[in-house]
Amino acid sequence: MTLHATSPAFRENAREALADQQLQKALGNVRTNVVARRAVAAGRLPEFEALRDQARDIRNHVLAHLDVYLEMYERNVIAAGGHVHWARTADEACRIIIDIARAREARSVVKGKSMVSEEIGLNAALERAGVAAVETDLGEYIIQLRGETPSHIIMPAVHLNREDVEAEFRRAHTHLPAERNLDEPESLLAEARAELRAKFLAAEVGVTGANFLVAQTGTSIIVTNEGNGDLSQILPKVHVVVASIEKIAPTLEDASALMRVLARSATGQDMSVYTTLSTGPRRAGDPDGPEEYHVVLVDNGRSNMLGTSFQDMLRCIRCGACMNHCPVYHAVGGHAYGWVYPGPMGAVLTPSLIGVDKAGHLPNASTFCGRCESVCPVRIPLPKLMRNWREREFERHLAPAVTRGGLRFWAFFARRPALYRAATSLAMRALAFLGRDKGRFASLPFASGWTQHRDMPAPQGSTFQAQWKKRKR
Amino acid sequence: MQPPVRPRVGLFVTCLVDLFRPSVGFAAVKLLEDAGCEVSVPSQTCCGQPAFNAGDRAAARDLALQVMDAFANVDYVVAPSGSCGGMMVKHFPELFADDPRLSARARAFAARTHELVSFLVDVMKVERVSASFPRKATYHDSCSGLRELEVAAQPRKLLGTVTGLELAPLKDADVCCGFGGAFAVKYGDISDAIVSEKTNNVEDTGAHTLLAGDLGCLMNMAGKLARRGSSIEVRHVAEVLAGMTDAPPIGAPGKKPA
Repeated sequence: MTLHATSPAFRENAREALADQQLQKALGNVRTNVVARRAVAAGRLPEFEALRDQARDIRNHVLAHLDVYLEMYERNVIAAGGHVHWARTADEACRIIIDIARAREARSVVKGKSMVSEEIGLNAALERAGVAAVETDLGEYIIQLRGETPSHIIMPAVHLNREDVEAEFRRAHTHLPAERNLDEPESLLAEARAELRAKFLAAEVGVTGANFLVAQTGTSIIVTNEGNGDLSQILPKVHVVVASIEKIAPTLEDASALMRVLARSATGQDMSVYTTLSTGPRRAGDPDGPEEYHVVLVDNGRSNMLGTSFQDMLRCIRCGACMNHCPVYHAVGGHAYGWVYPGPMGAVLTPSLIGVDKAGHLPNASTFCGRCESVCPVRIPLPKLMRNWREREFERHLAPAVTRGGLRFWAFFARRPALYRAATSLAMRALAFLGRDKGRFASLPFASGWTQHRDMPAPQGSTFQAQWKKRKR
Repeated sequence: MQPPVRPRVGLFVTCLVDLFRPSVGFAAVKLLEDAGCEVSVPSQTCCGQPAFNAGDRAAARDLALQVMDAFANVDYVVAPSGSCGGMMVKHFPELFADDPRLSARARAFAARTHELVSFLVDVMKVERVSASFPRKATYHDSCSGLRELEVAAQPRKLLGTVTGLELAPLKDADVCCGFGGAFAVKYGDISDAIVSEKTNNVEDTGAHTLLAGDLGCLMNMAGKLARRGSSIEVRHVAEVLAGMTDAPPIGAPGKKPA
């Protein structure tokens, strides 16, 4: 079942996030370090802007011919000895994976980091089926211990500080000595590694996501910095790749072009530490690899976006640059968005996948500053797509009555210049008179949303147009 | 394209300048006239951006048509705002994309529409201004001007020629101030967090004056600075470039009559 959304409570979520001092401290890292690293990486490569164009074009080409490439990919996976499963919905995808696990009488599944597995609620579904799901990415492991969801698509535990993690480890790893030193990130990593090693060896099934599915070769590619993905897909007897249908890259050449912008945009690395390609199960003579290889291709609402303006959103390669550069994300973090995908890409994708009636706040909670679009490696026009959602909301009368009424009132005058000039001239003179002592208002009855947080500068007096007319006389 | 010897410029004064701070409009007129333009002010209300960003395309189209009609007889349309400028340059064509005739008209209109300071530098080739402002100031890049119209170097270039002005770099000058039109009211507490971060950075510069090219952002930042009890003065960049800084800063009281 698709993860439960708290997006309708965005306002309340945001208020809590703003008051959470630990969260605010953790978000400082995104605001500064991550942004700076991306800028350095992009600046070091003279052809970076041209690469972004190329990446956009590759993704557009894929989406225009998605049916052809998906079938090509399927043929090549099968030719390599793998199995391909098509899942229309989150439930179908979970059922397919549970059936694969049951066929092996699996008691535990190790997982590489995968956002689509979060989207389909895979861990909860596996638990209900009596199969333990173990996250092996360090960030994912930490938030799994805490019973949380990721707050960022590539840095799932970015909402936490080192001391939060230490406290969690001391609580969860009770069989380890209490005097152990967990002061450094390295010691935390070693602790998680020791815990996970046994779990890797015990699991019958490994589940990974995919950064790219290469149609030409039937290969799935993951990029990681921890190598946990490699272990997840090599050690267990069964490897299940779960990926959404738009992840296709036509050729290995295309995938490598996309990878050149992916890591630079995401973490400011030239490349991720591990780039792992897997094509089918272990062949005779291979030193390692799974006995069975499955790919679960998840639609879950994406094919409905094809042929609409939101098709552009399917270009996304999940680098997270948009949220890393978003002032709203910086202020409230990822959990406030209330579903799997936060930040600007989430503000466009979430309404597409769970409905704008539930996720209506997200495309509205943007200043349209455009910083997301300016760093998107595949040039998704994120503000424009958020505006498209606002248009749909407006058409469907989902916008609050106060907003609609205010807009209608304003537009009535704005469409009638003579009336507008007369009315505003009068109103501004009155307002200027009221604000003449301080030059600003600490509170205004019709603008309390503004004056709750800042003063409202008073107008100077007559409008420009009124003064200009006098001057010209 | 070479501008005409004495180009006719229609000043799109913007609704905020019209209503709240006419002195910016007069500063724009002076800068344009000094650059050799003949300035007119056609009857106007709003570029339609509030409707456009609220999802009301019908109202946005009506207002866009109204603007294009009103400014039909000038060589250039110039606005002391990157936000309204961006609306007219980038989004008018988008609004009429489904109508070949209007779309051509919107594109032609967009091609002769400019933000004020970039118009002075890029089109009128203004190299320097004759103004004096013996203060330490800092400059915030308003988002639409910066990212839709690439206004960044032009204001800094002209500010560099203002006598006595010391321009202090602002950390994260390219990050939004949290205004975002209706956003500032609809999501007031998020907007507050963003503008608090911005005003922290402004205060860290030690500047006496904060400048920017968009009145919406300026009113937001001035309102926050005032609420925090800061003594930093806030002005539109055109006022300083035109040497017209007699009016009290944004949100500050007028001089008491002696």
